[in-house]
Amino acid sequence: MANFYLDNKDLQYHLSHPLMKRIVELKERNFADAKVYDYAPQDTEDAIDSYRRVLEIVGDVCGEVIAPNAEGVDHEGPRVVNDHVEYASGTVRNIEALNEAGLGGMTLPRKYNGLNMPVTCFAMANEMVARADAGFENIWGLQDCAETINEFASEDIKAKFLPRVSAGETCAMDLTEPDAGSDLGAVMLKATWDEAAGVWRLNGCKRFITNGDGDISLVLARTEEGTKDARGLSMLIYDKRDGGVKVRRIENKLGIKGSPTCELVFNNAPAVLVGDRKMGLIKYVMSLMNAARLGIAAQSTGLCEAAYREALKYAGEREQFGKAIIEFAAVREMLKNMEAKTLASRAMLYETARFVDIYKQLTHISHDRALEAEERQEMKFYNRLADGFTPLAKMFASEYANEVAYDSIQIHGGSGYMKDYACERLYRDARIMNIYEGTTQLQVVAAINHVTKGTYLEQIMRYEENERTEATKAMGEQLVELRKVYEQVVERVETIDKECNGYKELHSRRLVEIAGYIIMSHIMLRQAGEMEEEYLNPTKIFVKYATKKITEAAAYINASEAEDVELFK
Amino acid sequence: MAKQVPDTRNVGKDAMTPEGTVNRAALAAIFNPEDLNALEMALQMKDKIANATVYVLTMGPQRAADIIREAMFRGADGGYLLSGREFAGSDTLATSYALSCALRKINPDIIVAGRQAIDGDTAQVGPQVAEKLNLPQVTYAEELVEIKEGEITIKRRLERGTEVVVSPLPAVITVNSSAKECRPRNAKRVMKFKYALATSEMAAADQKAQSFIEERPYLHIVEFAAADVNPDPEQLGLAGSPTKVKKIENVVFQAKEAKSLTSEDKDIEALMQELIASHTLG
Repeated sequence: MANFYLDNKDLQYHLSHPLMKRIVELKERNFADAKVYDYAPQDTEDAIDSYRRVLEIVGDVCGEVIAPNAEGVDHEGPRVVNDHVEYASGTVRNIEALNEAGLGGMTLPRKYNGLNMPVTCFAMANEMVARADAGFENIWGLQDCAETINEFASEDIKAKFLPRVSAGETCAMDLTEPDAGSDLGAVMLKATWDEAAGVWRLNGCKRFITNGDGDISLVLARTEEGTKDARGLSMLIYDKRDGGVKVRRIENKLGIKGSPTCELVFNNAPAVLVGDRKMGLIKYVMSLMNAARLGIAAQSTGLCEAAYREALKYAGEREQFGKAIIEFAAVREMLKNMEAKTLASRAMLYETARFVDIYKQLTHISHDRALEAEERQEMKFYNRLADGFTPLAKMFASEYANEVAYDSIQIHGGSGYMKDYACERLYRDARIMNIYEGTTQLQVVAAINHVTKGTYLEQIMRYEENERTEATKAMGEQLVELRKVYEQVVERVETIDKECNGYKELHSRRLVEIAGYIIMSHIMLRQAGEMEEEYLNPTKIFVKYATKKITEAAAYINASEAEDVELFK
Repeated sequence: MAKQVPDTRNVGKDAMTPEGTVNRAALAAIFNPEDLNALEMALQMKDKIANATVYVLTMGPQRAADIIREAMFRGADGGYLLSGREFAGSDTLATSYALSCALRKINPDIIVAGRQAIDGDTAQVGPQVAEKLNLPQVTYAEELVEIKEGEITIKRRLERGTEVVVSPLPAVITVNSSAKECRPRNAKRVMKFKYALATSEMAAADQKAQSFIEERPYLHIVEFAAADVNPDPEQLGLAGSPTKVKKIENVVFQAKEAKSLTSEDKDIEALMQELIASHTLG
């Protein structure tokens, strides 16, 4: 009876975080729903109990259905039949089980038959699904598109589409095209208004569309004829029931093979507009991407968990030189570092998700009534943190997923290179995570502003105010020293950059990483203070690792002169 | 009908007491696996028939209400807990008697149960209930083929294949482990039914929980005491149980093939003679 929630104490810990109470308050708004819906909670305790129970269901479906199907799905993969996607049989079964469990529309309001759960819990569900099958998480996690519809679409559109997401229909976000990948401003898919039918018509093609044949698709298209940049793009919804889109092919990929990556041809496909024209990329895709990045952070964390567990299991079973290989220091150290990275990645993920929850929910409330001055301030505060933390969470988790999957094969030795163990699939699946929804390099571009604007430094100073226990005091002091290193290199880079344009860009990843290492160490340290037995040792290990990385990066920056900008040209 | 059983699938050293009975304290109490297959089949019937309801009947101590809640989380509308000291020590005969008394009171249109429970492995209770209620029975059910007014079509698992049978309703169906696995818990149902309590659990709960359930009758799991189902006391519990455990030993099956008998009296007579001769019976 495998249950991916019950067997994961760390995940359970994050549900008990003190900030969850505030999130419930905002999500439930005086528990008014309790009078209308028989499944709505009566109070905070009741709500958190329901979250726990729902996550337990997710854990059960992941352990009992999705994980056992993962290998078959990887081999079988999806196919194109009559211009449409046919999923692998295991994928069909996974969707059926999740829908029987009623897990569609996890974060949607109850009036759309949703479960009204926080983003934090949805991220937990995504993490577990990804641990079971990372490729499948892409399909299921796309229900997140509904959040964008909920935030920006008209009531008519919401009432039409959101209950369908709650009932388990799948979504897609159709953004990229052959000539518009990271640079989405170059999107050319044409949308023209059909006066007679009263709908928009879509023509053109999209490429690399995950679950491109999903039931409900958010499409980025050019509504303003003659424009060439982001300002001519709008967001529309295409309903598969209406027809007009063909799947031309499914990409043959290195990993996440169960997830159909489609090339789509739109031929007069009808669509409805979400929100305002011309705000497609500028506003709505940005919101969509932030949510998607958090989703990838969750997916990556789930992959870390899976790869670490595979390695731990193998190291305990495999004997060489008369003992299990876990007895060897070199293997043990790798495992301990893998564990520390997994925990750090999760700590960062849920810290970010909590920030997102508070500001998103205050935003929703602000659509219904004017916020009090205090609430407005709270919203701004958490919005800034969410914006700053999201790229960090995505970047670190996805890089760690690759590192942990790499080490997982290393621990399996020659056997790990064969198709016989899950670690090879995990390694292939991980490789896309630091590429899609914005490469690591693009996360750095988003994050560097927060180095400059001081978002990270301010938050680090707040973490420094946390109470320390006897066991965490020394590490706390060490982190203060590392913060000083951070301030020193930031100042150096900004000073030289004034003289020599391009210097900051050259070192931006190093600066962002230093900030990230300090922040993750602080979150881990707080956990170690609360639950010493579980977290003290992994925290010590992570802080050692972080210190090494920070020292290395700082030494590199301090030894780098202005002329290096030319050197790397 | 369902039973809460000790989880005998992963047994440790302390699974049996020195007296040779199951050490219930050492084993987790679970929903008997084939009863979950049965629940799924019942829920499939509910899916096919408008306004159909599924209720779970179980006999056991107070904590057996757990499996009724579990069934409600997965799709059942509610349940009945048959509980009381009078039922203690029941063998299959006394159990099926008690259940049939409760069923007379509930008066369902169709009765579905697992083939057998993993603690006793007798597969007797379902068929005995059918006999006592004078209903037709379909055993080893694997798939619900069709259900309509007064008639059910079931695919049965046999030793070397399957057969499809049609039975009039009402009937007793016992479901095999090869049938479809039970659907998972449903998120909204869990949130809705998590505070459901049986009558005696309610009595022990605080005032807040009690009034909460009083406002929501669907959270009340009906509990029957012996007196509620009008039984003959002589046929209940130990008094009504002719089975006596003499000793327990491990048996390794010698015969490679099973023997097939017809249901004719002379075949059964011959088998009885054989079992008496080998001192298996008597």
